[in-house]
Amino acid sequence: MAVTKVVMPKLSEQMESGKVIKWLKKEGDRVQSGDILAEVETDKADVEMEAFGAGVLRKILVPAGSTVPVGSLIGVIAEANDDINSVVGQAGAPAPAAEGGAKAPSDVAAPSGAKPGMADRPLVVPPQPRSEDPAARKPSPSTAPTAPSQTAPRPVETVGSGQRAVVPPSGDGGRVKASPLARKIAAQSGVDLKLIQGSGPGGRIVRRDVEAASTAPAAAAAAAPALRPVTPSVAGPEYEDVALSPMRAAIAKRMPLSKAPVPHFYVTTEVAMDRSWELREDLNGLEGQPKISVNDLIIRACALTLLSHPGVNASFQGDKIRVFHRVHMGIAVALDEGLITPVLRDVHAKPLAQIAVEARDLAERARQRKLRAQELSGATFSISNLGMFDVRDFSAIINPPEGAILAVGSVHKVPVVTDEGLGVGRRMALTISCDHRVMDGAMGAKFLQDVKRLLEEPLRLLV
Amino acid sequence: MAVMTYREALNLALREELKRDPDVFVIGEEVGLYEGAYKVTQGLLKEFGPKRIVDTPIAESGFTGVGIGAAMVGLRPVVEMMTFNFALLALDQIVNSAAKLNYMSGGQYNVPIVIRGPGGPAHQLAAQHSQSMEVYFYHVPGLKVVRPSTPMDAKGLLKSAIRDDNPVIFIESETLYNVKGEVPEDPDFTIPLGQAIVRREGTDVTVIAYMGMMYRAMEAAEELAKDGISVEIVDPRTLQPLDTQTIIGSVRKTHRAVVVEAGAGFAGMGSEIATEITEEAFDDLDAPVLRVTGAQAPMPYARNLERAKTPTKEKIADAIRRVCYANGGR
Repeated sequence: MAVTKVVMPKLSEQMESGKVIKWLKKEGDRVQSGDILAEVETDKADVEMEAFGAGVLRKILVPAGSTVPVGSLIGVIAEANDDINSVVGQAGAPAPAAEGGAKAPSDVAAPSGAKPGMADRPLVVPPQPRSEDPAARKPSPSTAPTAPSQTAPRPVETVGSGQRAVVPPSGDGGRVKASPLARKIAAQSGVDLKLIQGSGPGGRIVRRDVEAASTAPAAAAAAAPALRPVTPSVAGPEYEDVALSPMRAAIAKRMPLSKAPVPHFYVTTEVAMDRSWELREDLNGLEGQPKISVNDLIIRACALTLLSHPGVNASFQGDKIRVFHRVHMGIAVALDEGLITPVLRDVHAKPLAQIAVEARDLAERARQRKLRAQELSGATFSISNLGMFDVRDFSAIINPPEGAILAVGSVHKVPVVTDEGLGVGRRMALTISCDHRVMDGAMGAKFLQDVKRLLEEPLRLLV
Repeated sequence: MAVMTYREALNLALREELKRDPDVFVIGEEVGLYEGAYKVTQGLLKEFGPKRIVDTPIAESGFTGVGIGAAMVGLRPVVEMMTFNFALLALDQIVNSAAKLNYMSGGQYNVPIVIRGPGGPAHQLAAQHSQSMEVYFYHVPGLKVVRPSTPMDAKGLLKSAIRDDNPVIFIESETLYNVKGEVPEDPDFTIPLGQAIVRREGTDVTVIAYMGMMYRAMEAAEELAKDGISVEIVDPRTLQPLDTQTIIGSVRKTHRAVVVEAGAGFAGMGSEIATEITEEAFDDLDAPVLRVTGAQAPMPYARNLERAKTPTKEKIADAIRRVCYANGGR
């Protein structure tokens, strides 16, 4: 019954086009909602594209190796007896040029049909009657005015990579179409509307889309296939939902007014890194062991500390706080054109050497843009380290729906007073940014205190 | 409570108010000897005599003017329009005299008049006798406009209208005169003007509808309940003053609204209510407010075309599905 359009997903604000690396289903294959249809290369990563509807993959409109603009129709899912000609017809020229230069399908945006200077205006251009269709040539005044409304604003049924793909429904320059209620709920729950696919007419984001998105990261984390065998050290449920106390509810209501949508606060401490530094040099002197970075020590310290400070490993969910029992660590990786935060899953269950290997692998693949979509979502806490840039200290912006992020400065030498007199010590600043809806200053401070203790007594990181 | 027809409820209200207040009188075409074109004034001439139940020539402007003059000097006339379409002939009296004299006399005069009669589409009454006349009146400052959908409302609101010290336009419906319902027999029972009522509680969408459209919306709601769509129906009952609080409260709960009106939609009651909702509850809306209205055309006589012009259960259900983003809505 339902004909589902498969379109090139939009994974970031900057993304304008994507390349189909390969189709994992072929025409005639039966697909279920959630099946992986194809792999798509974007400006940030390779993405597995899921089916958004069930049926038969009736038509592949864009062959592997071709690049098309975001939102372009690249395939059609329908039942075997459904008539898909009208949908396929809407695609306009179905053969896009390989590598860039693709012509926009007419149901997405048709800059060619726009007046000069209006290319960035919202445009819905009705499909042009095909010249070989004799009926289309007949002037028909009574039906002409209604023709666009029959075809143009059909509910957008699209395919994305599940929780992250966004399709600009009518090529209107990236403006997010959302119902007022959806916007309000998104602001309250810290959901980024740009990352949501709307299910309403013309791709409008409506309440149910935001509500689905605010619970999606956890579900996605659970559903994502493990990259390597991991053994979570904590058995039992992934999270628990803790009811809001009246005070927490009041804070939750007021805080967004001071800094929408996430009210940040910041706590900074200084860590004596002398012993960590020595430990790291000792470890890196061992034959056959992976190289350990200062950041690996910090990741390990945070992962262990988060287990005993679950309130920091938490997410604001509108009317409740989700406290995670596992630690998925987002590690900010600077790229020339921006920043990406791959996720090291179940990091609390991994020894230092494994963390070092996996973090390095993620960072390298991030720079090569070889990350998969599921490696970019589902973090419960993040670390941003600018130490390599000789930064004393800084404050990071929380990545919703996470509740906190740690900003790491460089390890620098300072004069310190010792029992023997004046000496040289290595110091490092840590600043945690916290979502005030989830936690208060004391929680952030206690967390930092314990991270500091682990780093100042670093043998604890090895046991 | 007694079960009676809408017609009987109106008759009871008139009878009670004629008994209660000697200043009340009824005036209009065939209200006495013939006992009303739709028998709303049945038995009143016999009970109250020709001074209280006054038959007039076919002269709407004239007898409406008589009523307004009588009201200015302290009486409480109930003027019957045989159908409200005929009120067009009395429009100057209603708009320029009844509605404005209190203002223009600096409060020296008030005009406690009720002008009542059936209006809106019925069954094959054609273009001139099927008009939703409320639109001509609620636009005029100084007029209150009532559209009662049930026998209980007909009685309670007509009594409030007669007791009101300012002009009230009270538009009934040919299609509702035989509708039966429970009506309190208590002569002190009234329903205040300006109070909407929730006819059916629901959680997914608010439908605002009155008179025959309210009953069609009820049928649509029953059908949609089978698909799991929970429809709340608000009946404004009084269009001026409009109880926006009840409407907005319902929309804040359901986040979606459909407004139904029998007349042509352009600048109609649906436009007004949709605007109120957008202004007052914008951040609570999950979908644009939709209107289901009569087509912008004179009412055809042919039964099939009459049906095509008027909002049907199917058209209402379709709009509800659309604001709910549910399958099947076009």
